[in-house]
Amino acid sequence: MDPPLLELKGITKRFPGVVANDHVDLALRAGEVHALLGENGAGKTTLMSILYGLQRPDEGEIRIDGRPVRIHSPREALRLGLALVPQHPLLVERHTVAENLILGQPGSFFLTRRMRQESLPVDLDARVEDLSAGQKQQVEIARALLRGARALILDEPTSVLAPPEVEQLFAQLAGIKARGVAIVFISHKLDEVLALSDRITVLRGGKKVGERARAEATREDLIRLMVGRDLLPPTAVSPPQQGVRFEVEGLEVDADSGRRAVRGASFTLAPGEVLGIAGVAGSGQRELAEALAGLRSFRGRVLLDGAPISGCSPAELFARGLAHVPEDRATGAVPALNIAEALALRTYRTTLRRGSRLDLSRMTAEAARLIQEFRIAAPGPETPVRLLSGGNVQRTILARELSGPLRSADPRRDDGSGRTVSADDRSGSLRALIAVHPTYGVDVGATEQIHRLLVERAAQGVSVVLVTENIDELYALSHRVAVLFEGTLRGPWPVAEVGVERLGRLMTGRDAA
Amino acid sequence: MTLRPLAPLAVYGAAVAVAFALVGGVLAAFGANPLECYGAMLHATFTDPQGRSEVLRRTIPLLLIGGGLTVAFRAGFLNIGAEGQLLLGAVGAAAVALFLPATPANLPAMFLAGATAGALWAFPAAWLRSRLRVHEILTTLMLTPVAEYLVVYLINGPWRGEHVRGFSYTDSFPERLQLPVLEGTLVHWPTLALGAALAAALQLLLTYTPAGYELRVVGSSPPVARYAGIAIHRVVFLAGILSGGAAGLAGAGEVAGIHHRLLEPAQVSLGYGYTAIIVAWLARGRPIAVLLTAPLLGAILAGGDTLKTGFNMPFRIIDVFSGTLLLCLITAEALWPRRERRGP
Repeated sequence: MDPPLLELKGITKRFPGVVANDHVDLALRAGEVHALLGENGAGKTTLMSILYGLQRPDEGEIRIDGRPVRIHSPREALRLGLALVPQHPLLVERHTVAENLILGQPGSFFLTRRMRQESLPVDLDARVEDLSAGQKQQVEIARALLRGARALILDEPTSVLAPPEVEQLFAQLAGIKARGVAIVFISHKLDEVLALSDRITVLRGGKKVGERARAEATREDLIRLMVGRDLLPPTAVSPPQQGVRFEVEGLEVDADSGRRAVRGASFTLAPGEVLGIAGVAGSGQRELAEALAGLRSFRGRVLLDGAPISGCSPAELFARGLAHVPEDRATGAVPALNIAEALALRTYRTTLRRGSRLDLSRMTAEAARLIQEFRIAAPGPETPVRLLSGGNVQRTILARELSGPLRSADPRRDDGSGRTVSADDRSGSLRALIAVHPTYGVDVGATEQIHRLLVERAAQGVSVVLVTENIDELYALSHRVAVLFEGTLRGPWPVAEVGVERLGRLMTGRDAA
Repeated sequence: MTLRPLAPLAVYGAAVAVAFALVGGVLAAFGANPLECYGAMLHATFTDPQGRSEVLRRTIPLLLIGGGLTVAFRAGFLNIGAEGQLLLGAVGAAAVALFLPATPANLPAMFLAGATAGALWAFPAAWLRSRLRVHEILTTLMLTPVAEYLVVYLINGPWRGEHVRGFSYTDSFPERLQLPVLEGTLVHWPTLALGAALAAALQLLLTYTPAGYELRVVGSSPPVARYAGIAIHRVVFLAGILSGGAAGLAGAGEVAGIHHRLLEPAQVSLGYGYTAIIVAWLARGRPIAVLLTAPLLGAILAGGDTLKTGFNMPFRIIDVFSGTLLLCLITAEALWPRRERRGP
């Protein structure tokens, strides 16, 4: 048998405090789609940046066609026939597609003819800035092929795509594969991996924990490899309590542009109730959530425990027990600060203050406790947020928000059973939560944990407004659901009364009721 | 791996060496022997006691302005008009010295007036930035020539001294309103102590207080600050005002400690307001670090003086010097992949 097109042997890469890749092997054959599966922070991206010459391995060997090579730079990688299609396209926005493709290319006269061969479904004369995310990705792929790539590395290619674009991408990749080009497909989405790959390598904590041919791989098996254990069955959602925690009437909110983004929303929320709000992106979710969290002025009436929230700052609302998990993780935690400081964002003026000073020792102790309780994977409280994976940044934000305004005076020791230890003494201080896309871009293990936390807090009487585009999540967690369509809130209805099909029609405005 | 703690120092050291080599080329073009020049500079700044005091004298305003600018930069307020704020500080102090009775209490009042005037000069820029998002780089810079001409107007017009014959400056301040200096030097030590204390106080503020925490959040991520309900405009405004006030203190110190009168802008300040930008930049967001970076730039200023007097070079050779040094350090920073994290 011929040597593989590309072979990685014992690749090891250490960063201060972390082993990002620990003796990882990988073999890629021509015409094969090889998925690299793993949770956020498993080491997939590091491995690929080594392959693409962006990082040097500390140990290990890379072979191409059986010959050992050293890849010092992306240019070198391209020369060897390896091309990376980045997660976020790196194109000159103001230039046309053709101009972008020519960049750095010898012999560009034949571009048009070659493009026809590649059957690029994008107008060569279009300006890149006018293209959709999916089309930009097509241009990136075409550019890689034009440069004679024998192996394409796709880093989370579907994260920026809408569902129909994903299908289109998969069809295109099938065509590329048929011509003998090898594809490395990096993902943490199981369904996509199962749909596309021939072989699957699973990474966990920097180590290769398994390799499967597609035919012998099962969902459960892959999850077990990825997460390191079986997923727990979903927690049963407790029924809400009596009473009214949150009351919203005739809410109208403007977007930054001045356009009316929310045109009248009314609902009430009982203690412990989860209201799921669905809608296609840009239907007013952001504005609705920001208004409820005190970040945006609004017209109408919003009462928390019977008292109006208008004119209150987010800090004042948090003190009244209203927490907020923002849409964008970058809004929830400062990358330059460390975990302890990120966790202090809500309490630096209250419980973490001693006289006119910050209580730094308490801040560190508190952080150490929350890191354990919420299983934030980090060396310690001093670790800068920017070194954390997306899932761990989200855990950090949740740890802070779910802890509520009043924290116990003496940080309790963890007794090993984890998160339920100190939840009771603080659940009383957290009263409502606005959670926007709480599991967006987060891996299976973190998603499971976040869902559990939300269900637990609801069972303790916290009311949750859950804004999500993930329909499974919506149905799994909500007592009632409502739909935002072009700024109008329809519903809410008890979750059992709205089937997925009707929900889809409501989201696209095709349902009159 | 084991070299890591020393590696940044090595990179910075190499950058400084490159800067010296480049400036050496310029010196050679003047027909001077670069090694001889550097030798003279070293003697004039470190080995010679008089030289050390010259370094200290220049360190004083750099300490004060640099400390304030470090905090302003950390908050994301890029005040590059400290030169003008310093001049206004000098005007404020001169107003007290010239028009109020010469009581001992009015010596601190000169500093108070200087700080207030400097802060007021930063006020329009800080207000416009925090309320209307007008960029402070333009406003602070543009206000500097205005400050210069205000000083020129005062010393030629209403404040011109009665006993100065053809010169353009005010009368001398009363002796009781002149700062004490270290024997035989121009080191007005009370201002020096003030500068060191300010650097320490600002560091404590930044690290240990809720207000300092807010400032760090605002400076590194305004969206997070907004999300947490921090009043961003207030933090930015106060940081801007504070840097103006610190520059004002420096101006007050210069006239109360050295000149004892208000005089031509170019004589009040040897470009301290601009040099302090480098001081603050090198401090990397840590106010306490200006205790090191201010003397470093002070030495370069003093050394430049030697080149001027000893080798007949234009005084502006020091601008070439500090500019080249900054350029090399910034380049080293960019080339150094693992950037040092800003400390608390």
